[in-house]
Amino acid sequence: MEIIIYGIINSVTLALMALGFTLVYGVSRLPNFAHGALYVLTGYVAWMLMYRVGLYYPIAMVLSLIITGLVGAAMYQFVLVRIRGMAISEIIASYAIGLAILEGLRWGGLKGGTITLPPFVDGSIELIGVSVDYQRLIVVLIGVLLVGLLWLFVNRTKLGLALKGMAQDERAAMTLGIDSDYMAVVAMALGSVLAGIAALVLFPLGSIVVESGYNVLIMAVAVCIVGGLGSWNGAILAAFIIGFAQILTQVYLGAHYQVVVALVAIIVTLISRPSGLFGRQKELEERV
Amino acid sequence: MSEPAKDRRKERLDRGIKVRTDGIYAISHWTEIAYLLTPRLLFIVGLLLAPVILIPFPYWQRVLSIVCIFALLAISFDFLANYVGLVSLGGALYMGVGGYSAALLNSHFGLPPLVTVPVSTVLGGAICTVLLLPCLPLRGVYFAIVSLMFPLLAGRIIEALDVFGGTDGIMGVDGFSSGWVEQYVLICSVLAAVFILRRMVSEDVGLVFTGVKDNDQAVKASGINITTYKAFGVFISSMLGCLGGACLAHIYMWAGISQFALDFSIIPIAATVVGGGGTLIGSVIGCIILVPISEFLRDFGTLRIAVYAIILTAFIVFKSEGIMMYGTRKYEQFERWVRI
Repeated sequence: MEIIIYGIINSVTLALMALGFTLVYGVSRLPNFAHGALYVLTGYVAWMLMYRVGLYYPIAMVLSLIITGLVGAAMYQFVLVRIRGMAISEIIASYAIGLAILEGLRWGGLKGGTITLPPFVDGSIELIGVSVDYQRLIVVLIGVLLVGLLWLFVNRTKLGLALKGMAQDERAAMTLGIDSDYMAVVAMALGSVLAGIAALVLFPLGSIVVESGYNVLIMAVAVCIVGGLGSWNGAILAAFIIGFAQILTQVYLGAHYQVVVALVAIIVTLISRPSGLFGRQKELEERV
Repeated sequence: MSEPAKDRRKERLDRGIKVRTDGIYAISHWTEIAYLLTPRLLFIVGLLLAPVILIPFPYWQRVLSIVCIFALLAISFDFLANYVGLVSLGGALYMGVGGYSAALLNSHFGLPPLVTVPVSTVLGGAICTVLLLPCLPLRGVYFAIVSLMFPLLAGRIIEALDVFGGTDGIMGVDGFSSGWVEQYVLICSVLAAVFILRRMVSEDVGLVFTGVKDNDQAVKASGINITTYKAFGVFISSMLGCLGGACLAHIYMWAGISQFALDFSIIPIAATVVGGGGTLIGSVIGCIILVPISEFLRDFGTLRIAVYAIILTAFIVFKSEGIMMYGTRKYEQFERWVRI
């Protein structure tokens, strides 16, 4: 029972981490290596707004999300748009921006002492004989809600459909009057906000540390590779596979080996199905 | 640079002396020979004399060694990214593997540094190649993503499994017999690496590497196994990185998890971008500029990584050709405005 419940929680956590990355990559073919940095940034900004500025928690959360979204959009608008299409430069530049944010934060505020965000609701509950705290339930709830809302957004709204069109065929989308750069900015902002939401629901479970930025990036990338980059269903399925694999290794082999799971998952996937679980033929050609 | 006016453009022409030295006339007059040799000799002799010039400043001699280690890593990154087409964000992996293997060989088998360095160079290169082998079918972006994970995970695995001394690392590694050996081993390695690689990329094998980078389908269609060549490229570049790592372990007389640290991944990349990608020498020049800056910023701790990242972003966006390309252009060509 414990395995199932914590497996689900862990999987949803991973899915939350990966959503923003896969969205940006899917729409603009831009691997956003600053994803982890945006994640930590949101947590830090929310903490600042709450304890240094003294805003209410919900307001601080909304504001920090807006700020992260703007940072993401600015990153695209002022830096990444200039090097669009040069794969090497895109990777290096986004990674460098992420590093600058993370190490700047480490230097500026996250040195030593632990800072934490409070959980939304304190306490825990018995679920089929397993005690789970409310925050973890909220994580699952928000994760499911977010996936649902994103599905509606992408399939039912005009903006979402435009994003989907960009993801499928950028040139065709441009001939239909969709502004490619504008869409990429939107995707970047949205991806950053998704990273931020993940940060806000996950950080109350632990303390805000810079290392979690690298962690999130690694996990997001692992999930996306296993699932097939740019594929939503794949990412969610992969999150569940890796999530359960992690919990199983933790229970049967010890927590030490948990870090190896992601790497093994990636390598096994690459050897057996190079395009990922849900990767399509086109992606296969591109990757291998 | 100011925005060029509408009715004129900048025209670039090769200097006469450059055109003459391209052909047989290169040896016709001492000015031409000097034109060809000056920059090259300046680089080689400058590097070779640097330890002697720095005798009054022992601290900066040590910095020079570090510069050379980063230069090796930067050459390795430059070669792999711009000639084989694999962007490796995980240079620290080479560093760590080289450092650990040198330290283990030295402390467990009692081999002297002058033996452990070459052995761990080759051995470490082989280990890194085997580790990266499953990822080699991947192209650019995907390889970068996976290679980024290796050093981060390697450090954590050592920490978690408590092997190789765990978080303490391996202590009591022998140092080089003297500072001169240390510096000249490194400087000669850098010069040899630049020399050999610059020649290799213009040989047949270099042509295949470039083909793998530009159009791997075409290379495949010629009946050449691209994975073999990629593995060969990774082997060469990880050998360079491991050489640097092994020397670092002997210089600090210690090998530990911090050899998988981010510095070793990001500084070589920054140096390559600043110096000019694809020139091999550019990455050495980048290191000569950036690593001393890093020493000045040592007091600020991790802020220097942030500074690097910002320099890197600025260069990649605004001056992506790099110092070396810029210098070559100015040396070989002159510019003038012409009316359209």
